[in-house]
Amino acid sequence: MERSEEAAEAGLSNRWPELLVALFLFVMGIIAVIDSIRVGIGWEEGEGPRAGYFPFYIGCILLASSGWILITALMKFKRAQPQFASWTELRSVMQMLVPLTIYVAAVVFLGIYLSSLVLIAFFMKVHGKFGWLATAITSIGVPLGAFLLFERWFLVPLPKGPIELMLGL
Amino acid sequence: MIEFKNWAARALVSAVAAIGLTGAAHAWEPTKPVEFVVPAGTGGGADQMARFIQGIVAKNKLMEQPLVVVNKSGGAGAEGFLELKGAKGNPHKIIITLSNLFTTPLATGVPFNWRDLTPGAMLALDQFVLWVNADAPYKTAKEYIDDIKAKPASTFKMAGTGSKQEDQIITAMIDKATGKKMIYMPFKGGGDVAVQLVGGHVNSTVNNPIEAEAHWRGGKLRPLCIMDTEKLTYTEKVTDTQSWADIPTCKSAGVPIEYLMLRGIFLAPGVTQEQVDFYVNLFKKVRETPEWADFMKKGAFKQTFMSGKEFADWVGKTEAMHYGLMKDAGFLAK
Amino acid sequence: MEELNNLMHGFSVAMTLPNLGFMVLGITLGILIGVLPGLGGANGIAILLPLTFSMDQTSAIIMLSCIYWGALFGGAITSILFNIPGEPWSVATTFDGYPMAQQGRAGAALTAAFTSSFVGAFFAVLLITFLAPMVARFALKFGAAEMFAVQMLTFCSFVGMSKEPPAKTLAVMALGFALAAVGMDTVTGTLRMTYGVTELLKGFDFLIAVIGLFGIGEILLTMEEGLAFKGKSAKIQLDVVLKTWAELLRYWKTSIRSVLVGCWMGVTPGGATPASFMAYGLARRGAKDKDSFGKGNIEGVVAPETAAHAAGTSALLPMLTLGIPGSPTAAVLLGGLLIWGLQPGPLLFTEKPDFVWGLIASMYLGNIVGLIVVLTTVPWWAAILRIPFSVIGPVIIVICAIGAYTVHSSIFDVVMMLVFGVFGYLFKKLRYPLAPLVLALVLGDMAESSFRQSMLLSQGSLSIFWANPLVGGLMALSFVMLLWPIVPALKHYLRSRA
Repeated sequence: MERSEEAAEAGLSNRWPELLVALFLFVMGIIAVIDSIRVGIGWEEGEGPRAGYFPFYIGCILLASSGWILITALMKFKRAQPQFASWTELRSVMQMLVPLTIYVAAVVFLGIYLSSLVLIAFFMKVHGKFGWLATAITSIGVPLGAFLLFERWFLVPLPKGPIELMLGL
Repeated sequence: MIEFKNWAARALVSAVAAIGLTGAAHAWEPTKPVEFVVPAGTGGGADQMARFIQGIVAKNKLMEQPLVVVNKSGGAGAEGFLELKGAKGNPHKIIITLSNLFTTPLATGVPFNWRDLTPGAMLALDQFVLWVNADAPYKTAKEYIDDIKAKPASTFKMAGTGSKQEDQIITAMIDKATGKKMIYMPFKGGGDVAVQLVGGHVNSTVNNPIEAEAHWRGGKLRPLCIMDTEKLTYTEKVTDTQSWADIPTCKSAGVPIEYLMLRGIFLAPGVTQEQVDFYVNLFKKVRETPEWADFMKKGAFKQTFMSGKEFADWVGKTEAMHYGLMKDAGFLAK
Repeated sequence: MEELNNLMHGFSVAMTLPNLGFMVLGITLGILIGVLPGLGGANGIAILLPLTFSMDQTSAIIMLSCIYWGALFGGAITSILFNIPGEPWSVATTFDGYPMAQQGRAGAALTAAFTSSFVGAFFAVLLITFLAPMVARFALKFGAAEMFAVQMLTFCSFVGMSKEPPAKTLAVMALGFALAAVGMDTVTGTLRMTYGVTELLKGFDFLIAVIGLFGIGEILLTMEEGLAFKGKSAKIQLDVVLKTWAELLRYWKTSIRSVLVGCWMGVTPGGATPASFMAYGLARRGAKDKDSFGKGNIEGVVAPETAAHAAGTSALLPMLTLGIPGSPTAAVLLGGLLIWGLQPGPLLFTEKPDFVWGLIASMYLGNIVGLIVVLTTVPWWAAILRIPFSVIGPVIIVICAIGAYTVHSSIFDVVMMLVFGVFGYLFKKLRYPLAPLVLALVLGDMAESSFRQSMLLSQGSLSIFWANPLVGGLMALSFVMLLWPIVPALKHYLRSRA
């Protein structure tokens, strides 16, 4: 995604995202190293490396590389940074990310069918400004199609919630 | 498109039932598709058996509702067992077990025991055979064992499926009998293991009959002995000269090793006796089909059937045996 | 030419009207399975296997193998249209296929993918027809050390090609390897990095990561342009197929190289996914304008698709002749064969000639039928891009969620898909490359276990990696590949000194 003219628009700089992602990778490195030490990182005579041997060194590489990114990010922390994304762009992304997160949470509790119906209907109605008929056909059709295809034909059970349970499906 | 009609019919039936036309009280039956959990990956022995049963049930219409196979192989099957343990009182979930019912909780410390489930029925027992490459000089198990004893430890290599599971337990038993340690190499599936032996990368394997049969027939592998108290009963010739029944027991060859693997069915905890009875009956019917008899012959299974208390006792005894074997071999989770 | 006679006999078995019908049905189902991420060829065949028990053996295997071809074809479709790899082996197809679609060349990308798939499969079938026994003997040479050498070669031929900062490349690669290590360690049976969390027992599946990083990540990235986003102009040209074919002829060298890579990886068995990465890496190295890769170079579609299909098809060879499945799908097919009472192995060819040659003949026919089916649908697939994003966006999300769930029937995976999606977006924005991550995730597990199996064999001595010409040659080739990118720089340096 090349950005040209919007560069002037106000937005989020790379400063914090860069720092947080590097920090996350660093933490992952720590997690890998700690557990590798627990399962043993040695080289057993006649057997080769133990279970933690590879993950340990992988963790070390992760620590070193993310540490490096972290340090360079901190060093130029005060300096001007390239833009991560403009506020308008971020707002658009949130318009997707927030419903997406709610959707995934809904899948966990309500099952996939109802959640999918609501998600598709929400986007078509609110963002797409489609008529009720088109919205209804698509938002009911997709989960229904998935139900027939997966549960009936391929015999793959998909996550279901209390409503499907009530219907005895 | 016969299936389609079935679904339509089923949908109609369930719709009628939902409206309120529930019939008179009769024996329990599944009211929705039954999940058949396989605590192993696709293509393995347990998976084949489960899918085969699914086919038999569908083909012979032994059940109104379909049987749906779901693989949950994570953590040497722990994923599947924990799933069933968590489905308390759910009669629409059953699991097919292999030896990892015992070995996985013992070796990994995953909080699970077979007593967390409801025992259903034993379907069959799977045999283990000691195989060597056909080019190897050993004609009998005794020759092979004597050679192991004669050479320094770690000379011989044994390939097997998984780590700290049945194949490695048997290897540990052989180690104990010979007094010399073999190098055990774990692979992911029984097919890979047999091919390692055909390719001459290892000295022996303890494959199940079905995994190595083709290579035996093709003259690539040679069976030395079978790890049971008695010989197999399948007398049909597999090679020009030999049948499964011709393989001597390991005990007679001077290696006192017996090991059989459970192929059985368990239900979720907290289901009613009526529900257990349904499945026990279902599997009785499955065992009566000619397809099943063929399958048993092909894989040289030991056709023992048990259910109820007899089965639970057997499982308890086998668990104790595994505990002892794995403790000796140092495989228990620390 | 005994093989030719046998093959002709095979054609007469396969060419009956019902069998042709099963082929078309199988291909159609396969494409559907391939298009849906998560529901892979292996699952698809496993699911449909019981339905075929009541069918004639030869017809059943023809239909099931056609599902396999269909899945191989179908995997490319969503990769190109939405950056969501429908199958693991089409990840490398997204690198150039998706940019092509973004530039309005979806039709060309799809045609290139399908045609290359066909070419790859066709040569692999030729291999199966004429060289089966020889190739099978070759496959037997592959022990743990040789497997590791092949994985090393895949890795080395792919790395060193990203333009992103080295520290970031290294970090994501390490992250990929670390994620691959989560779960049970095959060699010792110990649980690693699960910290007692049940959901982590099964580890991180490559497909979940890919659906999240590529699919969901791309949706978030697309959203930057706002919801007004109206779908791409994908002009429907009916002659796109012919035009693309004319263009493809120029890449015959890439095709041949990719066929060789694919067949090699399928037989050994390295697998279709590593094969596609390796072929992509090699194509890029061999190309004159390396920078155009990743920006919509059609060669970047040809190479991985050819190799993936060649590998996927030749993976059936070790299954038929030795009973070792070269891919998960082949493993399920193997189970099917056993259930029908067919014992794969060296004797299958002589004991059941009808079956074997019928199957081989159906590989030719199935691929031709498949190619015709998919090529006629190219304009339709390309037209999907014209659907407004407010409709197709949520539908893609639903498909991704279903896909993530069906891989392991696990809700946790759906949540992980979201997490991977957010990181896919962040990584892309912050110039972390994604390809090394997924490659590490694919190869990490396999490479570690084959390395440690080799160490068990050699009692902890590294000399096993040059113990025979085969493994030594592979290792040497890997190092050449690894050091290759440095050569021009070195040359430049030496010249400036002189």
